[in-house]
Amino acid sequence: MKIAIVVYPGSNCDRDVLRILNNVLNVEAKLIWHTDKNIGEFDGIILPGGFSYGDYLRAGVIAAYSPIMEEIKNMAREEKPVLGICNGFQILVEAGLLPGALLRNIGLKFICKWVGVKVENSDTIFTRHMKKDDVQYMPIAHNEGRYFIDEDNLKELKRHNQIVFRYTSPNKGELEDYNPNGSVEGIAGVCNDKGNVMGLMPHPERASEKLLSPYGDNSGINIFSSIISSIGE
Amino acid sequence: MERVKELGLNLTEEEVAALRASLGRDPNDLELAMVDSEWSEHCSYKSSKQTLKLLPTEGKHVVLGPGHDAGVLDVGDNWVIAAHIESHNHPSAIDPYGGSATGVGGVLRDILCIGTRPIALLDLLRFGPITQSQHSKWLFRNVVRGISDYGNCVGVPTVGGEVEFDESFERNCLVDVVSVGLGKRSDIILAEAKYPGDAIVLVGGLTGRDGMHGSSFASATLNENSDMDRSAVQIPDPFTKKLIIEATLEALKTGHVRGLKDLGGGGLSCGLSEIADRGKKGIDVDLSKIPLREHNMDPLEVMISESQERMLFVIEQGWEKEVCSIFDKYRLRNALIGRATENTDLEIRKDGVTLAEIPSAVLANAPLISRKSKKPNYIDSLAKITALKQPSDYLAMLKSILALPNISSKRWVYEQYDHEVGIRTVTKPGQAGASVLRLPNGKFLALRADGNSRHSFLDPYQGSAGAMAEASRNVIAVGAKPIGMLDHIQFGDPGNPEVFWSFEQSVKGIADYSRSLEIPCIGGKVSFYNEDKFTNKAIKPSPVITVIGLIDQQKDLMGPKFCGESNVILVVGMTRSEMGGSEYYEEIHRITGGQTPKVDFEYEKRLHKSVLAAIKLGYIKSIDDCSKGGLAVTLAEMCIQSELGATVNLDQVPTDCIRLDEILFSESHGRFIIEAEQNRCEKLKLLFKENNVPCEDIGFVNNSGLIIKSNGKEIINVKVDEVRAEWSLSISRLMGES
Repeated sequence: MKIAIVVYPGSNCDRDVLRILNNVLNVEAKLIWHTDKNIGEFDGIILPGGFSYGDYLRAGVIAAYSPIMEEIKNMAREEKPVLGICNGFQILVEAGLLPGALLRNIGLKFICKWVGVKVENSDTIFTRHMKKDDVQYMPIAHNEGRYFIDEDNLKELKRHNQIVFRYTSPNKGELEDYNPNGSVEGIAGVCNDKGNVMGLMPHPERASEKLLSPYGDNSGINIFSSIISSIGE
Repeated sequence: MERVKELGLNLTEEEVAALRASLGRDPNDLELAMVDSEWSEHCSYKSSKQTLKLLPTEGKHVVLGPGHDAGVLDVGDNWVIAAHIESHNHPSAIDPYGGSATGVGGVLRDILCIGTRPIALLDLLRFGPITQSQHSKWLFRNVVRGISDYGNCVGVPTVGGEVEFDESFERNCLVDVVSVGLGKRSDIILAEAKYPGDAIVLVGGLTGRDGMHGSSFASATLNENSDMDRSAVQIPDPFTKKLIIEATLEALKTGHVRGLKDLGGGGLSCGLSEIADRGKKGIDVDLSKIPLREHNMDPLEVMISESQERMLFVIEQGWEKEVCSIFDKYRLRNALIGRATENTDLEIRKDGVTLAEIPSAVLANAPLISRKSKKPNYIDSLAKITALKQPSDYLAMLKSILALPNISSKRWVYEQYDHEVGIRTVTKPGQAGASVLRLPNGKFLALRADGNSRHSFLDPYQGSAGAMAEASRNVIAVGAKPIGMLDHIQFGDPGNPEVFWSFEQSVKGIADYSRSLEIPCIGGKVSFYNEDKFTNKAIKPSPVITVIGLIDQQKDLMGPKFCGESNVILVVGMTRSEMGGSEYYEEIHRITGGQTPKVDFEYEKRLHKSVLAAIKLGYIKSIDDCSKGGLAVTLAEMCIQSELGATVNLDQVPTDCIRLDEILFSESHGRFIIEAEQNRCEKLKLLFKENNVPCEDIGFVNNSGLIIKSNGKEIINVKVDEVRAEWSLSISRLMGES
């Protein structure tokens, strides 16, 4: 089994994801340059966080037209797992592989902080090692992470159970409807209707080792281990 | 000399004469401009070099000391870290967004061009009072946004820093950025061209008219025309910088890069003369090969442009194609602009015509200036003040102090920075006094910068030594042993003898501390001319010291978060009646004056030794340094960090103060608050006693709130949530956001 991690010029979290897969999960993974072709040998692909092509335009929009996008679309069509983290989520949305849009944060500022992420759907290949309604702690770090979708499509999203994660307060006693960036219904991650393409704004690779978490847990690793176990079948 | 004025240059008559003597002829316009840039205070340190020699620069971890693009420390197992600090004060004062962003860019290149990957940034900021000034709010908002946009995009985490607000920074904000790099010892590369025939390749951004005369601009005071100098501020492009970082690290792996230099202050002129001078060789440059952003740039503009995102590579002859194919992969423009030569001249040609020919040693070594120095009169006259009225409501006083911008939480700032990328950040901004990063060999790196311009104004010697003492304590309070430091010394016009006296005192304070404590200086920066013609005022002396510490094992990692109810709270060190420059005097009573905290070097040695020993022995559950705002603020912050409270009795605090407000708010050095389990308390006290360090238990951890007693009476009793609100939201409220 082999996982590809796309490296766009401007990707920042590619080596972080690689480290988690290689060193923490002992899984074979490889960094793939944005001009590489023929990635059919891989069983799954991860689009990491960062600022692809500088994101001087809208986040993710240039990467959606990058040379490797056709390959990613093929993998999605073949129902292989495709995961977008942060900038990767923005790219998948811009490429039409996931519904909705990611707008500038409601406070018009970049936000980096640890948040609670509640599992809304544990019945995907990305969340099968998590329990529904469990709260995971992960950091967000983005300027354009406000998930937006119109009402009709939101109904569709719910009908197909495509909302995977919602934000929740990381602190005891704070409001349930905690929403750091103003996303529609606090949505932090969604998947496509087939369930093999998922994007989320929080960074699971930064929450995969207890040492790095202020909450002393490593629940981010469950997303990666879920993918691995699904491929193994 | 008339020509110097016509060209708008800053060279003095003596300097022109010295140049003429070295060349044995009259310099032409291009040569004058190149020398002007290279001999500016910013590039040459001509006023400060003599004084800076006081700083100790050797130690067991030091691999490279000052004088290089970055200092390098050995952190074990063949791993090294590089560290450097840069300021972008003048540019940020007129264009806060672009100025601060390019400040980040500049220091990242310094780290990169020593051959290491940048893994952390810290930013140290100073502004006027955001409680009153719209201008300062504007600067603050946009400087933070500039750092945020640049640092986040380039993928290097901003893991810490500090912010100070004081009237003296109203027109001259200070923007200092520290960067730290990680690499193997064998990765280190120097800025030199040692082998004749080696190719000089310019990589990255185009050379344009932005950043013209930037170094000279930074080497003069701001005036009514400074707003017209926006062209002296460079244009930030973090995406290109990100590509440069990755391409450079990949190019270095080929083994055919023999020298590397970033282009910052002084542009090509400065970069070329430095690699030639260090390699003791010459360089022959063809100006027509330099890729330009604009048409019709004259040679003078090309040579001194400070356009961003450019690096000079010295590539082994015959391997140009292989190395440059890496730049092509990243679509980075690269141009072979010249070659190293046998002689020692920097020769600039265009279309076969020689435009300038100067020995690189002349360019790279400006004549030093010896400055006059005189103790300012205000220092003695401000030393004495009349007695103040004691507060009647200590809770209200504590709350006002916790809400002061200099004391309250800086989360409004650090939440705008990605401090996690790289997955190394173990102790994050706001969690402890110092930030902690994990290293690949299982050790941990602690980073902290401190400065106190109010202490330094009243006593430049003690203020500077104190800044370093404070940074060291913060590093120790996360469990690390200090192994090196960077100094950054910021003053007004060095031509003013009073400014220069304070500068000398400041360097002496730092030098004495670092020599006594054996924490060597591995690099630094001097920034003069931080004053303006509007108010005719210089900034308060603002040395900021970054201390780098090393933690050997994970079990020694410490933080300020109370761990368990009924654990004992101890105070280490004497609380003295040293209120000068304290937040309590300056912000609450609006008084500038009095005795500032003094540093006792011998005591500091014993303190460092005993605290680190107690940590190793596992006697300490949590620990925090006690400084700005005093004992009361440290106790409140430790409660805020945890969900727990504290009950303490001030009667047991070792002190020479008679007044309660002094015990609570004095900013005396050499103090920590420690939490220990009851059964360790006696051992801990004994350890400190053996080292002749005062230590007393003053109370215990509770789960109800912060309770402070004196003379049998409760003077403060408050729920932790109530003080947390004051402390955590103050700055975002001032910025109109919550």
